[in-house]
Amino acid sequence: MNIKSIRKYKVKVVINRAVIYLILLIFVLSFLLPFLFLLTGSFKTTSELFSVPFRWLPKTWTLDNYRQVFTKIPFWRYLRNTLIIVFFSIVSAVLSNSVIAYGFSRLRWPGRDKVFMIVIATMILPYQVTLIPLYLMFTKMHWIGTFLPLIVPGFFGNAAFIFLMRQFLVGIPKEYTESARIDGASEFQIFLRIMIPISKPVLATIAIMAFMKAWNDFLGPLVFLGDDSLYTLSLAASMLRSKLEPNWELLLALGVLMVMPVLILFFFMQKYFIQGITMGGIKG
Amino acid sequence: MATFSDEIRTIKSSRMRRKEAKAGLIFVLPWVIGFLVFTLYPIASSLYYSLCNYKVIKDPVFIGLDNYIALFRDKTFIDSCKNTLYMIVFGVPITTFVSIWIAIMLNYKKIKGTSWMRVVFFIPTLVPTVVACLLWIWVMQPDSGVLNTVLGYFGIRGPGWLASPIWSKPAFILMMIWTCGNAIIIYLAGLQDISDSLYDAAAIDGAGFFRASISISIPLLRPTMLYNVTMLIIGVFQWFAEPYIMTSGGPNNSTMFYSLYLYQNAFTFFKMGYASAQAWIMLIISMVIIFILFKVFRFGETEMG
Repeated sequence: MNIKSIRKYKVKVVINRAVIYLILLIFVLSFLLPFLFLLTGSFKTTSELFSVPFRWLPKTWTLDNYRQVFTKIPFWRYLRNTLIIVFFSIVSAVLSNSVIAYGFSRLRWPGRDKVFMIVIATMILPYQVTLIPLYLMFTKMHWIGTFLPLIVPGFFGNAAFIFLMRQFLVGIPKEYTESARIDGASEFQIFLRIMIPISKPVLATIAIMAFMKAWNDFLGPLVFLGDDSLYTLSLAASMLRSKLEPNWELLLALGVLMVMPVLILFFFMQKYFIQGITMGGIKG
Repeated sequence: MATFSDEIRTIKSSRMRRKEAKAGLIFVLPWVIGFLVFTLYPIASSLYYSLCNYKVIKDPVFIGLDNYIALFRDKTFIDSCKNTLYMIVFGVPITTFVSIWIAIMLNYKKIKGTSWMRVVFFIPTLVPTVVACLLWIWVMQPDSGVLNTVLGYFGIRGPGWLASPIWSKPAFILMMIWTCGNAIIIYLAGLQDISDSLYDAAAIDGAGFFRASISISIPLLRPTMLYNVTMLIIGVFQWFAEPYIMTSGGPNNSTMFYSLYLYQNAFTFFKMGYASAQAWIMLIISMVIIFILFKVFRFGETEMG
């Protein structure tokens, strides 16, 4: 390459860089704007929220919308309901999937890998296929109108989480467990004393994904809960929206309150969020 | 390859092996029970219900393929298929295009300080679905919404979005793009696996950013694309909360998507057999699409050796 072409190449790089920055910035802004609107909107008064033309920032900042969330709707009950489901989802996900994945990775039994293919296959099974029979089954068991349909299945494993955990366990060298096994430790002891401690990072990822799934879930509560007193935050928000004249300022404030815990968690545990996605996880 | 542990394995008595197998089965037992009760039994009964007239209050009555035949004469069902197809034909490629190019630009070595941008692109995926719906109803308000205000700055009179039968689906595509942060992260992970030496070689040949991206990054991202496109298509078929909360399928059924109509049949009209037939058609269609996708992308792989 002669000097002239090198210079030409350098100019090209500078222009490229400027164009790419510009495009990225436009995208960044458009991804951010709806979110910023949610934040500022939640501090606007009713009349400002509906004002035409649209105002970017509230003229008078008000906390009244947030006050309404705590006084006009049973916010704490909805939060408690959500947290009960979230709590059991996390506990069940960590407990069951680590046990199951151990059986699919560190222990040999005939037909194991064929059975594991079935686990994988259930990942692409549309939930609609099982939803109706499950609803009918839970109705017969008198579980509709309780948290049980949203909690109990979690204790029997989740294909995506089993897959995630198994990927990790397969990578642990045999030597880790072989000596303990020769010393006569039982499989359960090996699992509890050796495997669980090294698996902490994956278990954290699974816990976070289970949290996100339960915190975001809409269809499950909609189909299975039925009773107003059991509503989760997501379900309550959608019900308040479907009213004839929804109280929008309350809904925006409620929205901010529902996003904040997730954002805070994300900023502290970013690594595990990203891990969950790149290791083949799917948003619930 | 015989390693130390392999030798131990051969020495191990069959009694120990049997013990290990027994332990293995005990460990996977929770999954086996869960699979039988919460997956296999529901799949089997769903197939049976799809062949029945089942209105919940009375026991299911076997009617053969009548539900399937009725579905193809049901105008709303045909509309829901068309709308879902619209999202697959337009929404999925547009979203894939945007997310790949954002990932490629973020990955470009000569651009510094992109880590905060990655966070920005990821934030929308952290917003709970219901909240995202509330938010976008506002963003797309015809008169006082952010979107039409911004369009107004450029002298464009924005459409009615969710209130317009023509623009309601594009509105959902915008929302789909807004939540593509997961895909961007996965594409970025895929891009990191591509060796820098390829780009260096391309630069020596005088290839700029655009040229190098087209001929190096995108072809090598093919397996990642396969995963993301599959996930998007499955997502479109299962799309429920957004149309349910934002439009309830309107205006004029223009946002009546597959899963929404299925839900309505099952839980609004309590036509369980009819809805089960819908679920089975969906299962078959999505399996065919996944199969075709794998064929298409595999076919592309062989030409690269």
